[in-house]
Amino acid sequence: MSDATAAAAGIDARGMRKAFGGVAAVDGIDLRVRPGEAYGLVGPDGAGKTTALRLLVGALALDAGTATVAGHDIVRDAERARALLGYLPQRFSLYGDLTVAENVAFFGRVRGMSGDRLAQRADELLGFVGLTGFEDRLAGVLSGGMKQKLGLACALVHAPRVLLLDEPTGGLDPLTRQDVWRLIIRLVAEGATVVVSTPYMDEAERCNRIGFMAKGRILTEGAPRAITAALAGRLLELVARPRGTVLSVARADPDVEDVLAFGTRFHLRVRSEDGPLARLPAALAAAGATVDALRPIAPSLEDAFIALLAAGR
Amino acid sequence: MAEPAIVARNLVKRFGAFTAVDGVSFEVPRGEVVGYLGPNGSGKTTTFRMLLGLLRPTSGTATVLGYDIARDPDRIRSRVGYMSQRFALYDELTVRENLAFYAGLYGLIGPDTAPRLREVTALAGLTGRDHERAGRLPGGWRQRLALAIALVHRPELLLLDEPTSGVDPEARRAFWDLIYDLAESGTTVLVSTHYMDEAEHCTRLGIMSRGRLLAFDAPEALKRAAVGGDAWDIEAAPLLPALESIERFPGIRRAGLLGDRVHAIARRGAYTAEDLGARLADAGFSATRVAAAEVSLEDVFSALATSADPDDAPPLASPTTPAPTAPGAPP
Repeated sequence: MSDATAAAAGIDARGMRKAFGGVAAVDGIDLRVRPGEAYGLVGPDGAGKTTALRLLVGALALDAGTATVAGHDIVRDAERARALLGYLPQRFSLYGDLTVAENVAFFGRVRGMSGDRLAQRADELLGFVGLTGFEDRLAGVLSGGMKQKLGLACALVHAPRVLLLDEPTGGLDPLTRQDVWRLIIRLVAEGATVVVSTPYMDEAERCNRIGFMAKGRILTEGAPRAITAALAGRLLELVARPRGTVLSVARADPDVEDVLAFGTRFHLRVRSEDGPLARLPAALAAAGATVDALRPIAPSLEDAFIALLAAGR
Repeated sequence: MAEPAIVARNLVKRFGAFTAVDGVSFEVPRGEVVGYLGPNGSGKTTTFRMLLGLLRPTSGTATVLGYDIARDPDRIRSRVGYMSQRFALYDELTVRENLAFYAGLYGLIGPDTAPRLREVTALAGLTGRDHERAGRLPGGWRQRLALAIALVHRPELLLLDEPTSGVDPEARRAFWDLIYDLAESGTTVLVSTHYMDEAEHCTRLGIMSRGRLLAFDAPEALKRAAVGGDAWDIEAAPLLPALESIERFPGIRRAGLLGDRVHAIARRGAYTAEDLGARLADAGFSATRVAAAEVSLEDVFSALATSADPDDAPPLASPTTPAPTAPGAPP
């Protein structure tokens, strides 16, 4: 199957644009995601991630561009597109005074389901998200993580083929984040098309492909390892003190492009490793700094994103 | 040695039947950068508000910079800088006007004010932006303006409530640069965060879950005390079935996803890399890499939270339920 036909069965969006009061929130993005693929939209608040997802859901009208979901145009064929689409917004409105089971049943009926088929589906979903045994608990008293799992169950009630998840792990504890990701990976393995937005770079590594968003545009896109490979051999970790001296010496090295500090641990982005590896220990010692370690490290997605933002200026 | 910047003793805060903070005790030594890690709703913000004298504890006591939070909240607020999660900036006012407004609230008036405003503007890297409206600033700049406001009255202690949520990674790093600069000049900082990498570099770290402070110590000490095993990074395919298989290996205490790899904690000495690779191969997985790893703060959180939370839904350890969204026709 070619990329184009594969995307046609999942998400195929071209030139999507949306402005609010003259400011483009989404500024001409293409998004092609195939079934069995998790695509991560990564970027800070205000980058346009949520707007992009809302455009695909049809909650916002496109100013320009086109998009199909599971082969159906989201404008001309909105009903059919929506029937195949599940959406978990950042603040999912559960009914706090309904029980877990009643919430799933409610969203099922909204999607036109009823009777045994709905009951069976609800059981299956609550088992899937790990809420079996909590059917009669009021949604309003659930922990944040359980609410999020219930939200996911509700978004899945009509067995959508395409899933849009807007920061599904925001504010959750690390264990629940793991749970949510296992669910996402299982859905993808079963053939769902998933777009997930996240502010956490380490989570984005789990996607098959990611797109870095900033200011309404996708700056770069690709498999996480391909993105970090661009920085291979260009990152050093330096553990040294005092901070001020280390910063000024490192910044003065001709091959050091950028210095990022976390306390006394520094990430140096370099043009090439050899020069700084040879020069810095002596230069730091001469300036009176104590060096505990200087070594090449594997770049993270965050390092790659920072390099991209810097290159964009 | 100077008295600690914060001493909290058994702080409890109930809202009706809900216990938001459940017997929290800790000390923050002067000049340290102390992290406070926990999910939404775990009680971080409520704790901060009690320390600021904005909320009265149901029981327990605390002193901040030597002042009792119940008796001397005014003295505390005049010496502590607070940056709340939703930093309250006036969008219609400029950077300078926002700063001047808050300076006035803190009683900063007279000839010293203008130089101080210039000073914090420079400190926060906002020089040249004085006359821009706050509402027009990008996220990272707004965050630095909020910090400048929290600093305007020269506080000895800063309470920062998730200051880096939602800002881009570059701004996040720049912000931490600033925090360490402040700490080096003697300011004590208590900062809550969701980011493990930020927590990793604090001198001391509190971990909260459901109103309880599960641990409070240096990150390295927490890793030794709470985990106590060997950490492994494993690249194996297919990822999820491999993870679920590893979880059932004898001697594995915990396994989870770390990026696109499996990160596992094994009983000390239970495995070598070769053992693990062989076992994975026996189970039918292609393990492309097995390497000794470092214990992460996520491991610490996991170890602490699993022993502390018996009444929540069980984690999705080794589910048998397949994903119910088969890609076939919708029902």
